[in-house]
Amino acid sequence: MISLTLHVWRQKGPEVRGSFETYRMKDVDPEISFLEMMDLLNEQLAGDGKVPVVFDSDCREGICGSCSMVVNGRPHGPGEACTTCQVRMRQFNDGDELWIEPFRARAFPLVRDLMVNRSALDRVIESGGYISVHSGPKPEPNSIPISHPVAEEAMDAAECIGCGACVAACPNASAMLFTSAKVHHLNLLPQGQPEAKSRVLNMVHKMDEERFGACTNLAECQDACPKDISIRFISAMNRDYQLAALVDPIKRKGTLESQ
Amino acid sequence: MELNSAIPEGSVQDKWGNHLEHVKLVGPNNRPSYDVIVVGSGLAGASAASSLAAQGYNVHCFCFQDTPRRAHSIAAQGGINAAKNYREDGDTIYRLFYDTQKGGDFRAREANVYRLAQLSTRIIDQATAQGVPFAREYGGHLANRSFGGVLVSRTFYCRGQTGQQLLLGAYQSMQRQIFDGKLTMHPRTELQDIVTIDGRARGIVVRDLVTGEIKSHAADAVVLASGGYGNVYFKSTNAINSNVTAAWRAHRRGAAFANPSYIQIHPTCIPVSGNFQCKLTLMSESLRNDGRVWVPKQKGDTRAPSQIPESERYYYLEEKYPSFGNLVPRDVASRNAKLVCDDGFGVEGSDSRAVYLDFKDAISRQGKDVISEKYGNLFDMYEEITAQNPYQSPFKIYPAVHYCMGGLWVDYNLMTNIPGLYAVGEANFSDHGANRLGASSLMQCLADGYFVLPQTIGNYLHDIFRDKVGTDHPAFRQHEADAKDRIDRLMSIGGSQTPLSLHRKLGDIVWEHCGMARNGEGLKSAIDQIAEVRDEFWNDLHIPGGADGVNQSLERAGRVADFIELADLMCHDALDRDESCGCHFREEHQTPEGEVVRNDEKFSNVSAWEFKGEGQAHVKHCEPIEYDLLKPMTRSYK
Repeated sequence: MISLTLHVWRQKGPEVRGSFETYRMKDVDPEISFLEMMDLLNEQLAGDGKVPVVFDSDCREGICGSCSMVVNGRPHGPGEACTTCQVRMRQFNDGDELWIEPFRARAFPLVRDLMVNRSALDRVIESGGYISVHSGPKPEPNSIPISHPVAEEAMDAAECIGCGACVAACPNASAMLFTSAKVHHLNLLPQGQPEAKSRVLNMVHKMDEERFGACTNLAECQDACPKDISIRFISAMNRDYQLAALVDPIKRKGTLESQ
Repeated sequence: MELNSAIPEGSVQDKWGNHLEHVKLVGPNNRPSYDVIVVGSGLAGASAASSLAAQGYNVHCFCFQDTPRRAHSIAAQGGINAAKNYREDGDTIYRLFYDTQKGGDFRAREANVYRLAQLSTRIIDQATAQGVPFAREYGGHLANRSFGGVLVSRTFYCRGQTGQQLLLGAYQSMQRQIFDGKLTMHPRTELQDIVTIDGRARGIVVRDLVTGEIKSHAADAVVLASGGYGNVYFKSTNAINSNVTAAWRAHRRGAAFANPSYIQIHPTCIPVSGNFQCKLTLMSESLRNDGRVWVPKQKGDTRAPSQIPESERYYYLEEKYPSFGNLVPRDVASRNAKLVCDDGFGVEGSDSRAVYLDFKDAISRQGKDVISEKYGNLFDMYEEITAQNPYQSPFKIYPAVHYCMGGLWVDYNLMTNIPGLYAVGEANFSDHGANRLGASSLMQCLADGYFVLPQTIGNYLHDIFRDKVGTDHPAFRQHEADAKDRIDRLMSIGGSQTPLSLHRKLGDIVWEHCGMARNGEGLKSAIDQIAEVRDEFWNDLHIPGGADGVNQSLERAGRVADFIELADLMCHDALDRDESCGCHFREEHQTPEGEVVRNDEKFSNVSAWEFKGEGQAHVKHCEPIEYDLLKPMTRSYK
């Protein structure tokens, strides 16, 4: 069992000033997960007549992307390629002090305590992160063979869980890693070709409009990414963007209605 | 209450085709004047919402997460079935139908299951067109793997993240409709009530989880895609916020709840490690493709697994079920793990409630690289959680609550017995009988959302053309007041126990008596204990904070209140079904070898329960199951 001192960011809402509050936790089982420790903290707070800490979490197995905490200055906390819910308490030592904060970025307004609003990422997808298809008869998949390496690379990019740790880790709060992962996933596949140019142009423009910062190749995003998404995809997106801007500077299908 | 399953005429094979020829339609010019509400944004909800919006309906989708992409379908790992027969290994539509019916121990509606098998192949086509990066072979064609309970290889997959990729495909289709203004998304919003007017579903009352505000939304049809209720057990493989509230609120407003006690316990999960655990982690069933399940032959053997020679290992699945071996269906695998642990053969740690899943042979036969490419993420996940390396010593596994075959009763069109209220995906009861086969839930969710509901909803909407009700109708005021009252009641109890501690208490009771094995005595005692928890809940609950703004304790309290009522119904259902079938193992009804014994004469039916009011007993209605294409047989995997 270990004892910890937690400094947790408490803020009632976006308009109110926040600050760290300090709590002591005793007898924490090192086998439990970080979020189970947070559950215990909340049980303790409720028992003391205080208001529990608000934080997002859902699947608790590292795939839903709800986690949005920074632990000791690192998005998702210690550990290679994992989300906060996958961090186990055995990674900490008895007597450790932990600083727990929300993801911080201009594009992620705070909701309460450790909960932030990441809907800007949805709006980036909305601007072109899809292949337009209706539900109905489609070609037989094997009629368009996709080589194993291409399918695997598309999957490497598609693994993004949309948590926003890349944005939280970036000193510029840039969403290039997130955006490039989706652009690369779809632009690599034959099915993604018809919309490849408009996709990259629209998604990059939307990203800027949502007030994410610019990329200055610091690679902090890659380091913080729980799914090991590579910054190679940013280079690929930049190349796609240049080509699309040069070759096909048209507007989005704008006038084409949903059939 | 009248249950009309609305199964179309014709042979089982022709029913869906016939139905499509006769179903009523709404023209493209009229669709924008219809509002459809979809509650939930997982595979079923997202596929339904995006398909309906693309057809032209005005769709509003609600989810409690901060974005629709986080729904728990995202966590499905292993794959999705489809009768493509790409391996030329004997797969057909009929074979998929047969496997599903047999897997479900002949407790599912034949017409629905056959339709599911028919639609399965189109899902793969649809997802591929959306850019879902299914695993490919070196020649560029789609790859397959095998899952439990079948003798063919028909499962398509994206590494260990098939659910994630299929959900993102559906989510992206939704985002496109949002861009086009056809779909409005309401994230961080939780359903509080279903509004019915003159017996028809007319809208919903919701709570904004950020502001705490109670609001109404009117619609011409309401689709519940709110998933399963495995969290009634507290510890399960579900996401911690998954809940029964939407389905239960509908049930309280008159929708029949079918087979609530049919719960799938998944065999390959990481064993429980401590009292504070609130979430169990599943590892894909695909591990059983190459892993071998065993326990030491000697009770209480404390040697490390590598020190136990072959001759002293009991490969119980391979020995008991030679033809299916480690790939028996989930209920069989889980029950046998429980049996060997009950008999004292469980391996050390976790109160000796674990068995080994061993890759030693597979690694020596195929090489570590191949195994790592197939299952790398699962091996990593296990090591991260347990700090043990499964490449060196076997996994320790134990079954955990995973999926609900039971759910809201629906007819062939996926409409509940409340006109205008639909249920799709895991929220309904329809296709898996008493046990679901692996890789079939993704298939059912997407078949419902992409291909069934968009074709059947018009049949209802056509008849209510220009018959609109707005949120200014007094019924909405009444339902809003009810929702506010309930929240006030919860907030004002002022006791000492948190929702989490009461939830854990409830879960322990249900797991003990209505889990992998049930008996009459135990179920009766569980019903009494659940009543006690209910009293404690309504007299001694403590919710810190206020009802305005974000209050996660209040959210949980509302969900636990519904779980308590559901748990009571589950136990009554399990007690009433005095037979064993699939996952429902009544200890009174078993063979000497511990296999289930069905009672077809009395229980070839669906138990659909009607809510009769607070404190009143539920009333059971039976929908008989007819077998035209496949007569029930003793389910054997030997």
